Amino acid sequence: MELDIVSLSRLQFAATALYHFLFVPLTLGLSIIIAIMETVYVMTGRVIWRDMTKFWGTLFGINFAMGVATGVVMEFQFGMNWSYYSHYVGDIFGAPLAIEGLMAFFLEATFVGLFFFGWDKLSKVGHLAATWAVAIGSNFSALWILIANGWMQNPVGSAFNPQTMRMEVTDFAAVLTNPVAQAKFVHTVSAGYVCASVFVLGVSAWYVLKGRHLALAKRSMTVAASFGLAAALSVAVLGDESGYLSTEHQKMKLAAIEGMWETQPAPAAFTLVGFPSQEARETHYAIHIPALMGLIGTRSLDTVIPGINELVVHAEARIRQGIKAYDALQKIRALPAGEKLPDNLRGEFEDNGHELGYALLLKRYVDDPRQATPEQIAKAAWDTVPQVAPLFWLFRVMVGIGMLLILLTGTFFVLSARRMLDRYQWLLKVAVWAIPLPWLAIEAGWLVAEFGRQPWVIEGVLPTAVAVSNLGVKTLLLTLTGFVALYTVLLVIEVKLMLKAIRTGPTAEHDPDEGVEQRHVRPFNPSKLASAK
Amino acid sequence: MILHQLLNYDTLRLIWWALIGVLLVAFAVTDGFDLGAGMLLPFAGRTDIERRVIINSVGPVWEGNQVWLILGGGAIFAAWPQLYAVSFSGFYLAMFVILTALILRPVAFKFRSKREDPAWRARWDWVLFFCGFVPALISGVAVGNVLQGVPFRLAGDMHIFYDGSFFGLLNPFAVLCGLVSVAMLVMHGSGWLLLKAGGAVAERARRYGLIAALATIVLYACAGVWLWAGVQGYAITSVVDPLGPSNPLLKTAVVRAGAWFVNYRTHAWTIAAPAGGLLGAFGALVGLWFRREIMALLCSALGIAGIVLSVGASMFPFILPSSIDPRASLTVWDASSSHLTLFIMLAVTCFFLPIIVAYTSWVYKVLWGKVDENAIRNETTHAY
Repeated sequence: MELDIVSLSRLQFAATALYHFLFVPLTLGLSIIIAIMETVYVMTGRVIWRDMTKFWGTLFGINFAMGVATGVVMEFQFGMNWSYYSHYVGDIFGAPLAIEGLMAFFLEATFVGLFFFGWDKLSKVGHLAATWAVAIGSNFSALWILIANGWMQNPVGSAFNPQTMRMEVTDFAAVLTNPVAQAKFVHTVSAGYVCASVFVLGVSAWYVLKGRHLALAKRSMTVAASFGLAAALSVAVLGDESGYLSTEHQKMKLAAIEGMWETQPAPAAFTLVGFPSQEARETHYAIHIPALMGLIGTRSLDTVIPGINELVVHAEARIRQGIKAYDALQKIRALPAGEKLPDNLRGEFEDNGHELGYALLLKRYVDDPRQATPEQIAKAAWDTVPQVAPLFWLFRVMVGIGMLLILLTGTFFVLSARRMLDRYQWLLKVAVWAIPLPWLAIEAGWLVAEFGRQPWVIEGVLPTAVAVSNLGVKTLLLTLTGFVALYTVLLVIEVKLMLKAIRTGPTAEHDPDEGVEQRHVRPFNPSKLASAK
Repeated sequence: MILHQLLNYDTLRLIWWALIGVLLVAFAVTDGFDLGAGMLLPFAGRTDIERRVIINSVGPVWEGNQVWLILGGGAIFAAWPQLYAVSFSGFYLAMFVILTALILRPVAFKFRSKREDPAWRARWDWVLFFCGFVPALISGVAVGNVLQGVPFRLAGDMHIFYDGSFFGLLNPFAVLCGLVSVAMLVMHGSGWLLLKAGGAVAERARRYGLIAALATIVLYACAGVWLWAGVQGYAITSVVDPLGPSNPLLKTAVVRAGAWFVNYRTHAWTIAAPAGGLLGAFGALVGLWFRREIMALLCSALGIAGIVLSVGASMFPFILPSSIDPRASLTVWDASSSHLTLFIMLAVTCFFLPIIVAYTSWVYKVLWGKVDENAIRNETTHAY
């Protein structure tokens, strides 16, 4: 890969986002699981549920710190590395980000202090309220961030203003109710729930395997399995909804995910596996399932899903229309200040303005898109095809893991309903080894969503290459290395502290069937445990 | 959507200029004391338990306080996108250094007491010092540079070009502003520790606080004199259209000596800001001297508010002047979001800000009282 400003900026954003996304899903899910546990404590008065809340709360805290630390970077990076982007869409994109702070992050960050420090200062119900405030805050955060992200995938409710040279909001309600944003929100948040559930399930399974903290571990597994199963199912349903929506809004991403180069007669077949080749423009050794793609993508048997080759032809036409818009824009800007916009010019811009972004694709090859040669236009049209092979595979990794996790949480749900959680050793081992899987799926999902919309930073509106700040390559290399080094060191420390906290285990244990509070610390002693059996 | 016509574009622009001021003051006043406590940590706390007193005195609230900064960033992005784009990309490396501190801070708080090893803890103590000192210094240095003008220009399509360097930021006037910022936050942090920590910690913090309050008064006065005598201001030379489109290139502006003091002459009430800055710092000095905890903290808050607002008052209507192309300078009238966005954001803010203030005050009330060494030793509820 070339080390230019654009690829370095992209790499930096991807690296910091992927790191950030290691912590966010766990925060999203664990905050709710903790709140559920504490609710049971407040309702039943059984102290073991408070111990569970505190124990998982400790792990939550270690993870939360990293989530906050890496999240601040995300917000600042838009201005730092993507200043033209910030200018171009700040009018729309900035709003959900600011509302996230006002409505969600404040709630979460203010009450997380009370969650840890307020056990003795608040009533039971008061503390429970603080815990739920953290959970609700985290989840609302995700809502606003995904409204912002959804707009980048499907830029509704906005128009370009030639006087300010940027996109401005025309219909904020449309931005809020953007179907892509809604589907993404529920899909992402449920994925976070699955992630935390599998984490709780795996750590608890480890305790059961070791014969430690059995009462706490089994109860935790029951919560995690039921919550996790519900979440895993909704991830799948809403993932399917996301796919359906990309048929409408991101046809190129969908075709790339499928490795579908030629438009097939409806209903299209689903490619189970295959080896897409960008150069040959075809997918080798593909194994198809007839009609399935048509059903997933269009929910009908007769709607055609366009293939990559056909979409490139469309893109070329849109570039040509974009050039007309660009031409009209230049003429508008050349008008002396204060002069009224002539009607023909206004009409010309209004007719073609929505394709202005396609003209900007040519900026890679010429300064003035109006000077572009037919070869350059054809090249820019092919630039609209993202890297097919990685998308094709990442998508299959995500879906495959998703299926496995439905199976896993479903199995443990049945086991817990039948009170057989400790019967099958090998299943407990599977649960321990499954801990990293949700993260793999989630990171793959992020890459499919973001890598899949290249070359656009705002689908059809602003090409990624135009959006960067004018920074030096050396500067970018310095900060990229800095972020990666810092994050990696902190990640290692965090994992070590997590493992230490898990090994130490909950600090107090109680007779599970007694409501009376007893405080005695029982350090782990394997020989004693064996004799107790 | 026609509801936004209820408020004129120029009024909204003014309101948002004021609101950003409110956010910055709220950040400096709330997060200020925990940044200050961080700077005092290695000095006011000698033993591990003393240091844990300091850390736990801000432990439950620093996270919420820092959101004012995050909200400030988000609000600037939404209300003044060009300001966000130019300042964050222009001060790129300085921002990176601040981010390093902001990344390390939550981690340092959470991780420090998770291991007994004294070397481990000492390392995180210095990290917490760094995380208090660096953002305080750099934000002051940034303000110093903004007052002198920042070397950026805008192309016709609004692409931003920045011609400065990282070390260019560290000019003498800017460093002086950075020191004002450090001094005022140390003063504020010591007021907090006097209120929240008992015994030796509070006494030591008080002594550093007295020096810091004195330094704040002297350095702030020096910066004022320097600004008057040695820093040129900016003035708009074309007709200002407060309802015009957000395009800075439609106006003309010049560098002019004394321009940063015009507002004080034409609107005498604005002198309240610098006066509040000096009086507040003086009040904090008196409060610290006589061990009047609440007075010290409130006065240092007033001082901080006055100092922050005095920058806004002298620069109005400029937000970010350009030293190489004054025409490209960002002002209140030409760098904001659209009329509709400003209105929506105002409505959302009017709804949520009172709620935030209400629950934040409630949290402080719940946590009222001193954090003493016995509590740290005996309780499990002091998480750090």
